[in-house]
Amino acid sequence: MIVEIGHYALILALALSLVQGTIPLAGAHLRYDSWVAVARPVAIVQFGFVAVSFAALTYAFVVSDFSVLNVAMNSHSAKPLLYKVSGVWGNHEGSLLLWVLILTLFGATVAVFGGNLPPELRARVLSVQALIGTGFLLFMLLTSNPFERLVPAPADGQGLNPLLQDPGLAFHPPFLYLGYVGFSMAFSFAVAALIEGKVDAAWARWVRPWTLAAWCCLTVGIALGSWWAYYELGWGGFWFWDPVENASFMPWLAGTALLHTAIVVEKRGALRSWTILLAILTFSLSLLGTFLVRSGVLTSVHAFATDPARGVFILAFLILVTGGSLTLFAIRAPTLKGGGLFAPISREGALVLNNLLLTTACATVLLGTLYPLFLDALTGEKVSVGPPYFHATFVPLMVPVIAAAGFGPLMAWKRGDLAGALSRLRVALVFTFAVALATLVFAAKAPLLAVLGTALGTWLVAAALSELAERLKLFRASPGESWRRARHLPRAAYGMTIAHAGAGIVILGVIVSVTWETEHLQVVRVGDTVPIGGYDFTFRGVEDVKGPNYDAVRGIFDVSRDGDPVAVMTPESRVYNTSTMTTTEAAIRPTLTSDLYAVIGDPDGKGGWAARLYHKPLVHWIWLGAILMAIGGVVSLTDRRHRVGAPKRKPVRSNTDTTRPVEA
Amino acid sequence: MTRRRRRLYFIVSSMVMLGVATALMLNAFQENLVFFHSPSEVAEKSIPAERRFRLGGLVEENSVIKGDDGVTISFRVTDTAATVPVRYRGLLPDLFREGQGVVADGSLDGTGTFVATEILAKHDETYMPPEVAEALKKAGQWQGE
Repeated sequence: MIVEIGHYALILALALSLVQGTIPLAGAHLRYDSWVAVARPVAIVQFGFVAVSFAALTYAFVVSDFSVLNVAMNSHSAKPLLYKVSGVWGNHEGSLLLWVLILTLFGATVAVFGGNLPPELRARVLSVQALIGTGFLLFMLLTSNPFERLVPAPADGQGLNPLLQDPGLAFHPPFLYLGYVGFSMAFSFAVAALIEGKVDAAWARWVRPWTLAAWCCLTVGIALGSWWAYYELGWGGFWFWDPVENASFMPWLAGTALLHTAIVVEKRGALRSWTILLAILTFSLSLLGTFLVRSGVLTSVHAFATDPARGVFILAFLILVTGGSLTLFAIRAPTLKGGGLFAPISREGALVLNNLLLTTACATVLLGTLYPLFLDALTGEKVSVGPPYFHATFVPLMVPVIAAAGFGPLMAWKRGDLAGALSRLRVALVFTFAVALATLVFAAKAPLLAVLGTALGTWLVAAALSELAERLKLFRASPGESWRRARHLPRAAYGMTIAHAGAGIVILGVIVSVTWETEHLQVVRVGDTVPIGGYDFTFRGVEDVKGPNYDAVRGIFDVSRDGDPVAVMTPESRVYNTSTMTTTEAAIRPTLTSDLYAVIGDPDGKGGWAARLYHKPLVHWIWLGAILMAIGGVVSLTDRRHRVGAPKRKPVRSNTDTTRPVEA
Repeated sequence: MTRRRRRLYFIVSSMVMLGVATALMLNAFQENLVFFHSPSEVAEKSIPAERRFRLGGLVEENSVIKGDDGVTISFRVTDTAATVPVRYRGLLPDLFREGQGVVADGSLDGTGTFVATEILAKHDETYMPPEVAEALKKAGQWQGE
């Protein structure tokens, strides 16, 4: 019964989204105030229906109602509660429902808190949101219904893949989706602005917090995914340039560019049409990411062939959203002229450079990700594009971005002074050179590229901190004066410093851990000691362990440094009862400067066990840095100007006459 | 600086950027595309030693032998029409099993043995890599003709 209510609520939500997608849009155009007013209540009620639907599916998972196909396929009665709940979005149909839930939640948020938005703009934004929602709801109801019944109901479910039964991965999809769907707000605002023919500072002030929030969530989501791969897959890698990873990384890159260009629109009124275009592209990449990953197309184009209805719908929807919005852009963009002028060497110029490089880098990732699909569809030839391709294209493009990210914040708007910025960054420059030199001299092996990477990461951290010190007049003014400045500095400035430093820390973590890791692969017998990275691993043997829904073999290693015990590490190899599948549980011991990582393999039949032991310097900096980036975003979100909200705009004039640029 | 000049700068720098990116991509594609081959194709084409590619098929029953060091594994990959011997040093992924599908990344040594640098993990026991399924289908058809 509850399942049918969920299904029914979903159909009602579709009907409402059709209303919301058309009436307010038409009302804003025809100036029928009553039609415009429809947007807010409908958006809120629509969210209510989707929430009911989501709750119904969650209920079916929690009580293990195996008469629902989706539950039978993806859940099992013996699963811990957390994974029963996360099983809701651990599959194609349920993840779409989560997507729509977040979409309508954001719509309702605009409806509730958008009191200071001009009614027409708000109506149009909500309509565009509803049109996206309509696409998703139709897709679900027509091809991927999460409430489909299974007759007869099986006695038990097939279980969630044990690899996915992990807290890191339970929360990975919701964060990714908060990010993807958050970019839909930027998209809806962009399309609404194109329809209105008006982009101004107030518009940017609304778009930026949404983009920022979405970007923070996406950053956390990607970091969680990478962390999961690191500790769960058991070979210590954190990023594989796998198509599924790239699918989330592309919107992140485009979103990062959007984040920066929105500042220019807000502060200087320049780069408007570019910002709009970027908003469209970012969301299109989010859509691409959602569909490609969940529909299985990325592993093979034949997934399209096995379920043509889904494939055709996805293609049509992507073409409609991307093509439609780009066409609208082509028609309206020429009317969005204007904005402040600036010299190439200026804050704006630096942000343009950032944007060009980030979008180009994004394009190389896109091509590398989709190329195997194209080639397979056209010639039937099977290829894979692996990490070497991305190292040869993406990495060189990021080098200038990082170098410029150090200078950019010290440039004045309109016309900057490169020599002045350099002289104010001299401490950071000297420090960077010192670190590079020290790496070259003291590191056991120091490939030139690794030294360059280390220098870049150090530079970004040092430059970000110097810029903050510069603004506080640290050590140049009295401590009291610096303190006064520190209290009055906008939160957004702190946010930027934290996020830039975080990015530098990620780079350092990646470069140092990859270059200077040590790995030992060998058979160990009880009492064997393996020295690695200055630590001694002594194998104490194995024991059998029984978990809630698995049996495991646990290896025991005593780890010591110079004879002093440091830790006992217990990697496991688990066999799950429901699927006879084995998973490797690595034991990871973080120290101040490195991670120790141990994996236990198969017995060799002669009393020994295969084991893989790693010493990975600074590897946890990767996630630490990512978290700092997200924190930087959150700090920036709490900036006063976002809390106070956008000032009211002048009344919108008739559509044909709103093209007058607002000169800054 | 006029608006026209600024636009010119913008366009020129975008073009430069795109040019650099295209050059990087073409270069990377030339060197880093990894082709997928079935054992039949390996037997048929003469793939030069050291050329990296992916080998996919089934792990032949009773072919897995553990080396003396305990971490080097030898086995044969088959598509039922042809087989290729494979050597791999490392821990096998959790789902590696005789009779199951496998994809290995590596290159041939001089003697026709495929030296794998990576055995690709798959995420559930019922999953068959699409490339392997395709290769098996092809091999099956050849046998029929």
